[in-house]
Amino acid sequence: MNTIKKYLGLVWIALAVYSYSILLKTAIERMKLLPTTDTIIQWSIFAIIFLPIAIGFVMFGWMAFKGAYDHLPVASDQVED
Amino acid sequence: MQSTAEKNQIRKVIFASSVGTLIEWYDFYIFGSLAPIIASQFFPKTNPTAALLSTLATFAAGFIVRPFGALVFGRLGDMVGRKYTFLLTLILMGGSTFAIGLVPGYDSIGFAAPLIVLLLRLVQGLALGGEYGGAATYVAEHSPAERRGYYTSWIQTTATLGLLLSLGIILITRKSLAPNDADSIKAFEDWGWRIPFWFSVVLVGMSIYIRLKMHESPLFSKLKAEGKTSKNPIKESLMHKGNLKMVLLSLFGATMGQGVVWYTGQFYAQTFLETACKVDFEQTRTILIWAIIFATPLFIFFGNLSDKIGRKWIIMAGLFLAVISYRPIYTKMLAVASTNDVVLDESKTKIERVINPVNGKDHSIQTTTTVRLYQNGITEKLVHKDTLYANGLEKPQSLDKLSKELPDEGYWTMVVLIFVQIVFVTMVYGPIAAFLVEIFPTKIRYTSMSLPYHLGNGVFGGMTPFIAVLLGTLYAGDVLVGLWYPIAIAVVCLVIGTIYLSNKIDPEVND
Repeated sequence: MNTIKKYLGLVWIALAVYSYSILLKTAIERMKLLPTTDTIIQWSIFAIIFLPIAIGFVMFGWMAFKGAYDHLPVASDQVED
Repeated sequence: MQSTAEKNQIRKVIFASSVGTLIEWYDFYIFGSLAPIIASQFFPKTNPTAALLSTLATFAAGFIVRPFGALVFGRLGDMVGRKYTFLLTLILMGGSTFAIGLVPGYDSIGFAAPLIVLLLRLVQGLALGGEYGGAATYVAEHSPAERRGYYTSWIQTTATLGLLLSLGIILITRKSLAPNDADSIKAFEDWGWRIPFWFSVVLVGMSIYIRLKMHESPLFSKLKAEGKTSKNPIKESLMHKGNLKMVLLSLFGATMGQGVVWYTGQFYAQTFLETACKVDFEQTRTILIWAIIFATPLFIFFGNLSDKIGRKWIIMAGLFLAVISYRPIYTKMLAVASTNDVVLDESKTKIERVINPVNGKDHSIQTTTTVRLYQNGITEKLVHKDTLYANGLEKPQSLDKLSKELPDEGYWTMVVLIFVQIVFVTMVYGPIAAFLVEIFPTKIRYTSMSLPYHLGNGVFGGMTPFIAVLLGTLYAGDVLVGLWYPIAIAVVCLVIGTIYLSNKIDPEVND
């Protein structure tokens, strides 16, 4: 199971990058197509708010790849390490 | 085994926490439910700045400010205490909601009106971001290990009951301002929409009174007495690798999927009924109300069940069922409200035409209402409005609005279809508070659990109706295309949760 967890980490990294690039591409296309205030604000907010989440997903994938989830903590002192 | 005194104490804790959280959800939802009226009062489309503020009020409060509120109030809750922090969020929420009901319209004070409403809406989002984590933590820290899922599931009912209360108050107010429906609806759209906002102050006053009588969480009090509270909860939540990895796992393996299932079942379903199925305003609301009433006890059922079999598999089962059944459910919803290939009962078609002059203007409005009855019992109402200019030189402007009234069979089929979706909500949402509480240590629990919760629900969940509608405009050929967003998110969450999460119930949250 730990091997699956590890290599799926790479899938999460790829998925984060791919999903965010699709979002960004769509946002730019929509803003060019219909440059109204509503469109620009909506898509800018989507792009901005999903950026840290995409980064978080990359970090999650990286941690999984590095084996951080091989063992989940059972006590708080392990969480705080 | 708990003594009677302990049981009474935990009941008081649950009541005090749940009532306040329910009111906060009520306050947050009435703005959303009354969005079209609020937009016409404060955000006229003719003014681009007001339109900009409208967009910000809609998006920023839900997506940006909620997670930010989770950090701000989570930090406060981990440093000062749970009780005073969620008392503060309640006061902020209640005050801003009441104030929205007092703000004069754009016609009276101009640009200041949308600006004030935007600021108040941001305060609402901030307060909501701080409330839930506090209430869930407070209840969990009073609960015995073997009943934690059951007790915290009462907090989980509040979001749905808050929606129910907002729908109910709006429907009652909308119908009771004048002897006949048409005048009452007109009065509601003119000034009566303010009543649900004012009503909040009564609820919040009661809740503050109840919460003031409560004591601080015993685990937090102990931590504080020992001088072990966190000096910087945000730093400890996000900078400690061990804790950060659990924040990320909670988000991607549980709350993001839970968020989209929740918003699909309770909000997108409502939008879909109204815009795709064209079911009329009142039926849409009452269908949702019935479904919520029938499904709400299941939050408690699944919370209780999670104490026996663990949290993980109930949440994962809810995600799985949602993924495989959304498209069949929505296909059925379309079929129930469809009049395609259904024979029209021509003899019962009624057409009524009324011309109303507009005071002080050189035009009048001609309203043509066509009511058709189909053999499957659906009554279709098409309201066509023409603006007729006195000089006859300008082209008349037209506006059509189609709505359908379902017969009893179709109505109750819709109730069942929405009920099934809310059952999925109860599966993913009922055990989630206990699940999140058990992951994080007491001294940074408020901050750590609030962040993935509000990112999952505010960002992934809150965006569901918007992204679904956007997908619908990008790929106009498929009415169900909007469902791919919640399905895709739920699939990823299901895979991550299944593989990475543990089903173990933490017997000791006192650490």
